[in-house]
Amino acid sequence: MTGLPALLDAVLVVCLVLLGISALLVVVRLLRGPTGLDRLVALDVLVAEFLCGLVVYAALTGDSALVPVVVAISLVGFLGSTTVARFVRRGTDR
Amino acid sequence: MSAGSRDGLAVTLDAIGTVAIVLGVLLTLVASIGLLSLPDVLSRMHAATKPQVLGLLLVVIGGALHLRTSVDVWMLVLVGAFQLVTAPVTAHVVGRLAHRGDGVRRDLLYVDELVDTPDTADPGPDRPEPDEPDTEDPDAPGDAEDTDVPAPRGGGRPEGA
Repeated sequence: MTGLPALLDAVLVVCLVLLGISALLVVVRLLRGPTGLDRLVALDVLVAEFLCGLVVYAALTGDSALVPVVVAISLVGFLGSTTVARFVRRGTDR
Repeated sequence: MSAGSRDGLAVTLDAIGTVAIVLGVLLTLVASIGLLSLPDVLSRMHAATKPQVLGLLLVVIGGALHLRTSVDVWMLVLVGAFQLVTAPVTAHVVGRLAHRGDGVRRDLLYVDELVDTPDTADPGPDRPEPDEPDTEDPDAPGDAEDTDVPAPRGGGRPEGA
């Protein structure tokens, strides 16, 4: 019984590492993406992965101080991506 | 006995939450690989919805099972509700822009349901649609649309679009 919480914490650390790896892959798409819409989609995914990382960190440490940060970032990420999508026009490609 | 059972319940809830977090993180990893390897904007949007909606919901459920405080659980419910409401809005805007521009590989599509609409005459989000009836003309409803399609572009400001 004492080994299970330590195992769960180790699994959460592995989850944080996997989130970091996937964030690196998304950053590659963000830098390479041929059009601005690719970069926009990649930025949305990056914001979602950042939210996931914050929630996993809060679950790992048991510290609930980051939960209002998660709410704020989910709102701001939506506003930013929709506002940027308004200025992407056809033919400009960036 | 009571303290022991409560401890067992806590460990069980932690285990269920960890399983949910692992599933969400694996979805996020798969979506990142898909985002890097799929060919066009619409396919990448298909990959991008996994961490945005399902992955984040699983991770949020897992975090709520770990934290188990009333304020934290309701704030995480709020995060999930925000994602469910705002992800279709962003996807709609990005998908419409991708179909207007060159974000779609046309040779990969089986059905293009938007191909009949005059996308080349679409005035963009700042101007009114060309088929909106600005003057009431009940006599010629069908013919006037085809001839009036390029009309609003000529009067507008010159733009690089």
